[in-house]
Amino acid sequence: MSEVLRGRAFKFGDDINTDEIIPARYLNTSDPKELAKHVMEDADPEFPKKVREGDVIVAGKNFGCGSSREHAPIAIKAAGVSAVIAKSFARIFYRNAINIGLPIFESPEAVEGIEEGDVVEINPETGVIRNVTKGKEYKANPIPADIRRIMEAGGLMEYAKQKLGLK
Amino acid sequence: MGMTITQKILAEHAGKEEVHPGELIMCKVDIALANDVTAPIAIKQVRALGAKKVWDNERIALVPDHFVPAKDIKAAEQVKMMREFAREYDIKLFWPEGRVGIEHALLPEQGVVVPGDVVIGADSHTCTYGALGAFSTGVGSTDMAYAWLTGEVWFKVPEQMKFIYYGKRQKWVSGKDIILYVIGMIGVDGALYKTMEHTGEAIRELPMDDRFTICNMAIEAGAKNGIIEPDEKTLEYVKKRAKRPYKLYKSDPDAEYSEVYEIDVSKIEPQVAFPYLPSNTRPVTEATHVTIDQVVIGSCTNGRISDLRIAAQILKGKKVNPNVRCIVIPATQEIYRQALKEGLIDIFLEAECVVSTPTCGPCLGGHMGILAKGERAVATTNRNFVGRMGHPESEVYLASPAVAAASAVMGRIAHPDEVVGS
Repeated sequence: MSEVLRGRAFKFGDDINTDEIIPARYLNTSDPKELAKHVMEDADPEFPKKVREGDVIVAGKNFGCGSSREHAPIAIKAAGVSAVIAKSFARIFYRNAINIGLPIFESPEAVEGIEEGDVVEINPETGVIRNVTKGKEYKANPIPADIRRIMEAGGLMEYAKQKLGLK
Repeated sequence: MGMTITQKILAEHAGKEEVHPGELIMCKVDIALANDVTAPIAIKQVRALGAKKVWDNERIALVPDHFVPAKDIKAAEQVKMMREFAREYDIKLFWPEGRVGIEHALLPEQGVVVPGDVVIGADSHTCTYGALGAFSTGVGSTDMAYAWLTGEVWFKVPEQMKFIYYGKRQKWVSGKDIILYVIGMIGVDGALYKTMEHTGEAIRELPMDDRFTICNMAIEAGAKNGIIEPDEKTLEYVKKRAKRPYKLYKSDPDAEYSEVYEIDVSKIEPQVAFPYLPSNTRPVTEATHVTIDQVVIGSCTNGRISDLRIAAQILKGKKVNPNVRCIVIPATQEIYRQALKEGLIDIFLEAECVVSTPTCGPCLGGHMGILAKGERAVATTNRNFVGRMGHPESEVYLASPAVAAASAVMGRIAHPDEVVGS
């Protein structure tokens, strides 16, 4: 979690739900590569073709609302998206992203300030989001310390491994 | 300072005297469930860790309900993975096809979840069990894998919202109409991360099936859980089913709430949520211009016996409109058999409905009733997002079983009075 994340911004609106992120018609598999082929398809059918390694999703409030499907953050991560910045996250999506190691950042200011196609740099340690294109900086809401511990262990299953002594 | 029912259950399971909103806690879990969409990811993680046994083989519930009977080869592989895992790890709570039902109807019916429990499910509608006076919430597959191995889950203690309902319901107004009305009022993130505690005389008046519907849709307002204090109706439901001892909690009079709403249910008309958000609600009388192609009566929200009874009451002696297909899905085998005994299935067949074995199927656009481009459905399900029931350019209108059945007859969204007379 120490390296700086950098990519082009793709903007989405409020209440982007898990059916838009990965429609249920593709949930007969949990293969990340298969899921990535259809990521965000019902919000923007061209997105799976346009997205490149490192790109950043920038969205409004309540990102990831709806289903508990972990396929949603898995598809986003497997498509090469390096981070999601949103005004707020739906709670199950928030947990799932932390648990599988998809970096997510809450910052209404960044969402307001970043436009489609802007190049964005994020320092996950400090939560500082830099809009390289516009030369502006924003700060993400801090991640609670206990949750950071899970992230630092490398996700919840790594944390479980330590706890259960299953090295 | 007093605590709410939610805080008391969480405190008890975290081994603490009290818990406060915002606090992070590790909680013991009573039941951890997953379905054929979410279990495979959790199973792979348990296996990847090389774990040879789970925390408790009587507390893990595996419910293949989304794409069963398997709709295609990939879906069949997912159910097979569950079956093999259940066998290998000796998981006691596994229901194969022919015994299974929709998870959130099945587990309360079978007495697997009981009042006072902490239940997590790798399914967002796990919040349904709040109707029993349990704390229950949806999580992802990794949280599930962690709980299967440790029996624990981490939570941030949610802020508490209270909804007090009073007044007498109008005819045809059900739990579904009440919760749609509330979601319309507060929005799809109106309860984000919070508890929705439902209370008041109009809640105590409601049958259990309607209470399940109200708690089921807490997630549609972004909530962590929905909950209703147990009363004599809860006990009557639980007594004959419970497989374990249970504990009844009540909120203290001086418990603290971040928001309190008072709602006069006598003012609520039957509701319809327009595409593409459950909060996009209108009274049914403002929706009767919408023509439809399909009706779905079923799901974890409204596939219970009283839902089928209301639909049958409206469809009795009528025919489904020739432009509409009406798909009825009893949520469990027990509900299916009860409906048969009461002659409800016969009424549906006489009205020329499709009657299906229990499955989530069309609710999430899985199978058994997918919409083509441009088609519209009235459904008693819980979500009307873009593409939820099929083509991204199809539309879902959420409503109660009464409105859905009336709409099936009329070929457009209809008030039940239009079909059976007031």
